[in-house]
Amino acid sequence: MSKPPFEQIVTEHGPMVLRVVRAVLGPHDAEDAWSETFLAALQAYPELPGDANVAAWLVTVAHRKAIDVTRATARRAVPVGELPERPSRSGRPEDWDPDLWRALKALPERQRHAVAYHYLAGLPYREIAAMTGGSTDAARRAAADGMRTLRRTYPAHPDGDADTSTDIGASTGGGTGAAPPAAAEAGRSTGTRGGQGAAAGNETGARGR
Amino acid sequence: MTMTATGSAGRDPFEGLPEHDDEAMARLHARLAEQAGAEGVLDVAYRTLDTPAGTLLLAATDAGVVRIAYAVQDHAAVLQQLADRVSPRVLRAPGRLDEAARQLDEYFAGRRRTFELPLDWRLSKGYRRQVLGLLPAIGYGRTESYAQVAAASGSPRAVRAVGTACATNPLPVVVPCHRVVRSDGSPGQYAGGADAKRLLLALEEA
Repeated sequence: MSKPPFEQIVTEHGPMVLRVVRAVLGPHDAEDAWSETFLAALQAYPELPGDANVAAWLVTVAHRKAIDVTRATARRAVPVGELPERPSRSGRPEDWDPDLWRALKALPERQRHAVAYHYLAGLPYREIAAMTGGSTDAARRAAADGMRTLRRTYPAHPDGDADTSTDIGASTGGGTGAAPPAAAEAGRSTGTRGGQGAAAGNETGARGR
Repeated sequence: MTMTATGSAGRDPFEGLPEHDDEAMARLHARLAEQAGAEGVLDVAYRTLDTPAGTLLLAATDAGVVRIAYAVQDHAAVLQQLADRVSPRVLRAPGRLDEAARQLDEYFAGRRRTFELPLDWRLSKGYRRQVLGLLPAIGYGRTESYAQVAAASGSPRAVRAVGTACATNPLPVVVPCHRVVRSDGSPGQYAGGADAKRLLLALEEA
């Protein structure tokens, strides 16, 4: 069967795979994982069946590479607390919201994988289960639990949320600007606990099956 | 806290992760092309080159330049043919074509009369391959008729087959099928279009 030039695979799926490995591994290791994924994919490409789901295939390769990278990082034993604190985007295009990575990093690995593969790669839970092990239902729960925690721990626009703050701000003048970030900070720490709760709930669900 | 959670429930948390990061993709693409070449898994490298005859597609295997195509030949279609006939391991990887691009630039600037490039002939077979092999003997600035080339090939009646060989030349410009013209001296047809043929002949006459 006729297969498109690999260049087309890179163009069509490269940005998606970059988002996935960034979400799974964070800013430091993502590009190495992307490179290893596409090099391995290029090597194996001639043998890929012509009717294969290319996105699912690439994410499967990326998943294996991400696990390799995670293990290698664990061996190097990099202290967890040493992520650079960056209050805002530095303006470099490769830079993305460090708060999002902090929130993703706090998720149990299984949930982080399920969220990335479902919400960023668009893979069905059946494919995700085949990749990560476990049942389709467990993959679905991991993605749902992970997303629920993320929404709590990573408020995308912490200072744009509270409707009432506008009114308060209008009546009291300045000085309330500090309140929303403080609320976000509280939400973040609560969310970390919530993440652990969600993981426990997930295990319960798996037993119930 | 509750309000924050409610307020963001409908949002996509992945807004913080850009869908397209062109600078990162350019960097990763260049790295992939380089690593693929180094590891021997880049079967077909290609780039484009702007010339007075339009944008040319240049493609090379490990063995040498395998394909040159004019824009009118549809570069996407040509890349698909390369994927089908050579290997689907095709990447835009300019490095392997630096020398070919340099020599073509010199040719179009009037500073080069012959090409010294390794060529991969795998896309041309049989009689067509034999005909194309005769063309480099037609020197810069000269022309021969289809009938003369047919005679030189040892099959003087194969005039139409010579025309087909030129029309399907996988390596135009470098293998000078533009120097094969009609017996009445008019340029005749060309894979890159009649205008491109006239342009090359005028360039070489200057």
